[in-house]
Amino acid sequence: MSERTDLLLAIADDELVLGWRNSEWTGIAPFLEEDVAFSSIAQNEIGHARALYELAAAELGTTADELAFDRKPEEYRCAPLVELRRLEWARTIARHWLYETADEIRLETLMASADPALAGLAAKMDREEAYHRMHAEMWVDRLLGTEEGRMRLHEAVDELWPYALGVLDDALRPELVRRAAERLGRDLPDVEPVPRGVHEAELADLWEEMTMVRRSAPSGAQW
Amino acid sequence: MIFEVFRQERKGQPFQHAGTVTAPDERFAEIYAREQYGRRQESVALWLVPREAVSQISEFPDEFEMKYRRVDGYSIKARLREAREKAGTLETAPGAEE
Repeated sequence: MSERTDLLLAIADDELVLGWRNSEWTGIAPFLEEDVAFSSIAQNEIGHARALYELAAAELGTTADELAFDRKPEEYRCAPLVELRRLEWARTIARHWLYETADEIRLETLMASADPALAGLAAKMDREEAYHRMHAEMWVDRLLGTEEGRMRLHEAVDELWPYALGVLDDALRPELVRRAAERLGRDLPDVEPVPRGVHEAELADLWEEMTMVRRSAPSGAQW
Repeated sequence: MIFEVFRQERKGQPFQHAGTVTAPDERFAEIYAREQYGRRQESVALWLVPREAVSQISEFPDEFEMKYRRVDGYSIKARLREAREKAGTLETAPGAEE
């Protein structure tokens, strides 16, 4: 597998699994408007995953569906940050914001890539991600606006920080450290990243649910 | 806060009331309105108006029943019938069977 497909799959898996995790709030988000907005963001992430899988599939001679659903959980390349199941709003917002901050750095480098297909797709994704970032940033401001919110956000960010560091490679990681510290107005814990390639126990349960329908049908079924 | 949302379906068309969003402030409202009224490409623009900014009037006294000022003031039906009777075309007029 080329370095390119490796990268495509890593990002696609991030977007698919995060989209899936975020969709777990559908129907139970704190209020109706947020429910609609967060579900819509989750759908966008899955749309990005599909576009990335298609690029990888063209190179590998397979299909987006096969890449998304026919691999074993241990074959996924997503960062452990997106695998965590944290159905608690402060942690959900903290992860959302950490991921979007890291993803923006990653997209910036992809948009500057010499590979026109990759750079073009990154630019398309970025135009939607801009609204995800607006959503994340407004929540961060909101939480920082009260004592309780501030406490809960900081606690959640600290808990997730080693995972957030694992989204980016060594070259891009320092930029995430810089942006997060600047935004929060404080230093973040000096910890080792939880790297891509190891998986959280929660991924297996998510994989079961995510691939259930596809596995229930005979192979080659048309959807 | 409640915001009244007006939606423009195509450029040049009038904005029409689409519904509301409830949000803690304008910034949240903009994000929520975008997702609720725009994510399916059903709008080219949205107006968000805080409900308290809307002035409503709802009293329109008409004590002397000045029908001639209303757009539907005169019933044209009766006058048309009269005219047709005079012209002898009542039976052939559209809707004559009624």
